[in-house]
Amino acid sequence: MEKIIKGKAFVLGDNIDTDQIIPAEHLVYSLSDPEESKMYGKFALSGVPLIKSGLPDGSKAFIAGDNTESEFSIIIAGSNFGCGSSREHAPFALEKAGVKAIAAESYARIFYRNAVDGGFVIPYESTKKLIDKIKTGDEVEINLNTNHLKNITTGEEFNLNPLGDVLPIIEAGNIFEYARINEMI
Amino acid sequence: MGMTITEKILAKSAGKAKVEPGQNVWLNVDVLMTHDVCGPPTIDIWKREFGDRAKIWDKQKLVIFPDHYIFTQNPQANRNVDILRQFASEYNLPNYYDVGTDRYKGVCHIALAEEGYNIPGTVLFGTDSHSCTSGAFGMFSTGVGNTDAAFILGTGKIWEKVPESLKFTFDGELPNYLTAKDLILQVLGDITTDGGTYRALEFNGDAVYSMEMDERMTLTNMAIEAGAMNGIIAADSVTDKYVKERSQKEYEIFQSDNDAVYRSEFHYDTSKMEPLVAKPHSPDNKDTVRNVEGTKLTKCYIGSCTGGKLSDFKSAAKFLFGNEVNVPTFVVPASTYVAQQLEIETISGVSLKSIFENAGCVIAESSCAACLGGPMDTVGRAIDGEVIISTTNRNFPGRMGSKKSEVYLASPLTVAVSALTGVITDPRNFL
Ligand code: SF4
Repeated sequence: MEKIIKGKAFVLGDNIDTDQIIPAEHLVYSLSDPEESKMYGKFALSGVPLIKSGLPDGSKAFIAGDNTESEFSIIIAGSNFGCGSSREHAPFALEKAGVKAIAAESYARIFYRNAVDGGFVIPYESTKKLIDKIKTGDEVEINLNTNHLKNITTGEEFNLNPLGDVLPIIEAGNIFEYARINEMI
Repeated sequence: MGMTITEKILAKSAGKAKVEPGQNVWLNVDVLMTHDVCGPPTIDIWKREFGDRAKIWDKQKLVIFPDHYIFTQNPQANRNVDILRQFASEYNLPNYYDVGTDRYKGVCHIALAEEGYNIPGTVLFGTDSHSCTSGAFGMFSTGVGNTDAAFILGTGKIWEKVPESLKFTFDGELPNYLTAKDLILQVLGDITTDGGTYRALEFNGDAVYSMEMDERMTLTNMAIEAGAMNGIIAADSVTDKYVKERSQKEYEIFQSDNDAVYRSEFHYDTSKMEPLVAKPHSPDNKDTVRNVEGTKLTKCYIGSCTGGKLSDFKSAAKFLFGNEVNVPTFVVPASTYVAQQLEIETISGVSLKSIFENAGCVIAESSCAACLGGPMDTVGRAIDGEVIISTTNRNFPGRMGSKKSEVYLASPLTVAVSALTGVITDPRNFL
């Protein structure tokens, strides 16, 4: 597993629900067909209202034009990220779009579990509000060894809560790999 | 230091004498429930991960209710039900409730109760966020995604972080203008949509224990609207009677210890509470009905796992009896059992079904229907900028269909009287 994740930040506010991450009308696509599943990347975060898409200015497209992948690979968000339905399509869509990690103040439980157990994205909790410290487009770096997030653009560094008990599952890749390593299955 | 009911049940399931909030434990699952939206991808993941060795850990413990997208021409939706049907016949599953047969039940959370799967002291996981509903039976129940469900399907086990508990005590009698819905809307307004994240909501007090099971399920159903892991009400004689009528299983009843530790405790005097609504577009956007009285409506909706139970229709029928609605009103019984009871239960010799028909309501077949919008041909679906009052549980933008629509959540009493006047109305005006 990569211990340093580097990329451009996309900044979002509080209460980003699963309908904003992947609107219900797109849930018809197959998750297992490699071509069809690219549609999830294409529509990732398409339900976020324009003015709140890419803070602080808003009106930034997460996915440019007809692309299925985003130029942003790290999401910075406020509290209660991923609230709403139990749809696993939400972290899946973010992974398809090329997102590697999220640093949010807090997560809705089912989204958090889905992100970890499915091995889609790494859900870090920030120890304080980051959405007014980082701008969409800033270069950021997350260090999994030290649990630090560095804003390379400004030079500022922030602490993240250690991943704790879920780290072994994240390191294994997903809950099934974890269970195989531990000879549970 | 004592344990809460949630901690005790998780400890038992994990085979430990004691657990503490924040601790991750591996649980032995008593029931896994899935439906037509999340069942097919769960089966896919299970097959992919276990390959040739894929084996259902315990067929008796797997329960499948098609309920979400049922009465539609949408081909993908129908394909999902076909996948479940094939899976059930290939593995000879005892607990599959197929559409188009007399086994069809309707909305999963209510059917779980009616069919005797909700057993005090046990652990239930479902691929649906409202799986917390079953907590009304003094059991631990919660929602998970498809990967977790696929893991359970193959192993019967899953990890969970033991939640801290919040305790809500409702003292006093419940006035006849209030229902469980008003109580839970109050809680949501007070703690907001993330006030319960990774926590258990425990409900207690005379007012709660005076309720029948249907009403208790309204409280636990909406625990997820606060982001909670589970909602729970310790079992009492009412629970015991309901369960014994539907199941032969032996069970253990758990109670919180007097010295159990809560993150916080809330006390309410129900005699001082008022009929409430959640205004658009969030279940925690609480206001009194009085404050929004007069808001013009285009549709009323009584249905879903929250507000489509027999108790909800009994409450609504009292006001609709002998009257006519002033706006299109949809009645969607959560389950086929509830639909049958509408023909059997009467007020002054008139069946509830006739009362709704005579009042001019549209009575639809049991399913999730427009609670989550659904395909374009779904009965009761929100169109354009409609203003709807509904007994359902979510009013996020677009939840009932059109993104432009506005949905107010309220009790069946408030919805019924509002249907009569065509504007949001306080039920106390009709008492
Ligand atoms: S009735 Fe509504 S809330 Fe209940 S399971 Fe169906 S869609 Fe979900």
